[in-house]
Amino acid sequence: MTPAVIAQIEPIATPEIEWFAVSPLLVLVGGALVLLTAAALARSRPPRGFYALFTVVTAALAVACSALLWQRVTDPGRGPFTAIGGAITIDGFSVFFAVTITAAIALGALLADDYLRREGLDGPELYVLMLLSGTGGVVMAMANDLIVVFLGLETLSIALYVMAGLHLRRLESQESAIKYFVLGSFSSAFLLYGIALVYGATGSTNFGAIAGFLSGNVLASNGLLLAGFALLLVGLGFKVAAVPFHVWTPDVYQGAPTPVTAFMASASKAAGFAALLRVFVSTFDVYRLDWRPLMWGLAVLSLLVGSFLAVVQSDVKRMLAYSSISHAGFILVGAEAASDRGIAGALFYLLAYTFMVVGSFGVATLVGGRGDADHGLSAYRGLSRRRPLLALAFTVLLLAQAGVPLTSGFLAKFYVIGAAVEADSYALALIAMLSAVVAAFVYLRITVAMYMGDETEGAEAVTRPAVRVPPGAALALGVAVAFTIVVGILPSPVVDFARDAVPVLLSAP
Amino acid sequence: MSEFLRAYLTVAVFAGAAGLLVALMLGAGWLIRPSRPTAQKSIAYESGVDPVGPGFGQSQVRYYIFALLFVLFDVEAVFIFPWALRLESYGLFGLVEMGIFIVILALGLVYAWRKGVLRWV
Repeated sequence: MTPAVIAQIEPIATPEIEWFAVSPLLVLVGGALVLLTAAALARSRPPRGFYALFTVVTAALAVACSALLWQRVTDPGRGPFTAIGGAITIDGFSVFFAVTITAAIALGALLADDYLRREGLDGPELYVLMLLSGTGGVVMAMANDLIVVFLGLETLSIALYVMAGLHLRRLESQESAIKYFVLGSFSSAFLLYGIALVYGATGSTNFGAIAGFLSGNVLASNGLLLAGFALLLVGLGFKVAAVPFHVWTPDVYQGAPTPVTAFMASASKAAGFAALLRVFVSTFDVYRLDWRPLMWGLAVLSLLVGSFLAVVQSDVKRMLAYSSISHAGFILVGAEAASDRGIAGALFYLLAYTFMVVGSFGVATLVGGRGDADHGLSAYRGLSRRRPLLALAFTVLLLAQAGVPLTSGFLAKFYVIGAAVEADSYALALIAMLSAVVAAFVYLRITVAMYMGDETEGAEAVTRPAVRVPPGAALALGVAVAFTIVVGILPSPVVDFARDAVPVLLSAP
Repeated sequence: MSEFLRAYLTVAVFAGAAGLLVALMLGAGWLIRPSRPTAQKSIAYESGVDPVGPGFGQSQVRYYIFALLFVLFDVEAVFIFPWALRLESYGLFGLVEMGIFIVILALGLVYAWRKGVLRWV
């Protein structure tokens, strides 16, 4: 290089980093790195439960940062804003999901604490991966750019692939990791191609710029854009486990270590829906006539397939996996309404569902026993006599999932179906209600087994080891049950939180 | 055919030409060359070294972890070289960003080292 060339170096415009805007992310990543390094360098083993405690404290710090951000975005004088050169948006929506996903991390860590010691797998790895995976989820919720969505999705998923295979001595765990990895990378490719096509059609990957282009221009031929929609919907539909992209769900949920399943079902689904709602309902709003039928189809299929196939399962983890598919259908009902009320309903549903599903899989963690294999319905027979409180907690969580009044699950279903009726999707609302009735059968079946089943019933009259309820898991279950009941009776704080968290579209400054 | 699709016609033409060229060259070689196989000639080619054992032999799983670590730092180099060429334009911002990137990777190496991955037993 000649000196003349060196002399005319132009500085590249670098974005301003608003540290405050990304503080929840920094706390989560920082916590993960500190935990990994400290655990690797420590000469002696830390006291029992240290890793879980560290993770919960990190999660609490991230929630505190989110609370500060919430104050800033709800302050009428300042409001939502974009940061880092328009790559991320900080609005009520991102803060809502930061709180939801962080709650899933904390509860998942509490469940994992005793599980890892019981299975002889104790170490910092699961907690580190959980924090990193949660970070990816929060990035997806904050994204203001399709590329950032993809970045968050990969951070979320790659950590989850490893977590699914973390139980080294269980073949099912390894199998589920491979299945999840192969199918997950395939769906990432779909998403990436969708991003490319949408970029080709609109000339930008920034949400604000895309929405501006779509509302300001009429496309002569919109085939490219519609193909992009379809591919994006495949990629995100896989992440939220919507039918027909659900086939991985039962196998992976069943095979993965149960606390990981709890995290996967809550955080991963929440992050997938965060991206789905922001990309489709908010950014592609102008084209709602094109994508609403697609989402209608996904919602109907998820509702029906999820609830009907849950009925014929005999393994409780598989039942919960299929029921999570039907829950995805309910949240899609809210998304299909394509209104602020629909989004608020979907957000309320996601927060309520996070606590319900973590609690339910938490019970499965305890009942599964050493080896994490005892998940048949027979393991739950007579649980009410052996562990009355555990059976009661599971009953509350199952009834909430069924949508019984005075629980958060009822209000969640009420709000999404109400939004669908308001958007004149009467058929969808009707199907949702009917599938809720079918799904209720599954939850009642487990409840009946716990209260009325005889332990010695059936061919295998084996004496099972007593179900242990360690303090960490008891705390997580207590929080999940308390949240479910309190929000069911006094929903207004959470309803207001969800209503103020509707995403806003901001173009880069 | 729309203007947009016509632009992609070039790709199709190139793909066709590439396929034709390969078929032509391999086909010509197959037609012209003499074929006198011997046992020595038909063993697997491993850069001139005589192959040991069958092709599906097992190898140490440790190679796998070493290979992973190698790939990690190989990919790091892919990012560092272009960055190093343009360091003056990125200024302090680029320096800090690359510092964060390398520190995080180094933490991974520290973890691997403490886990005993780097010791060949």
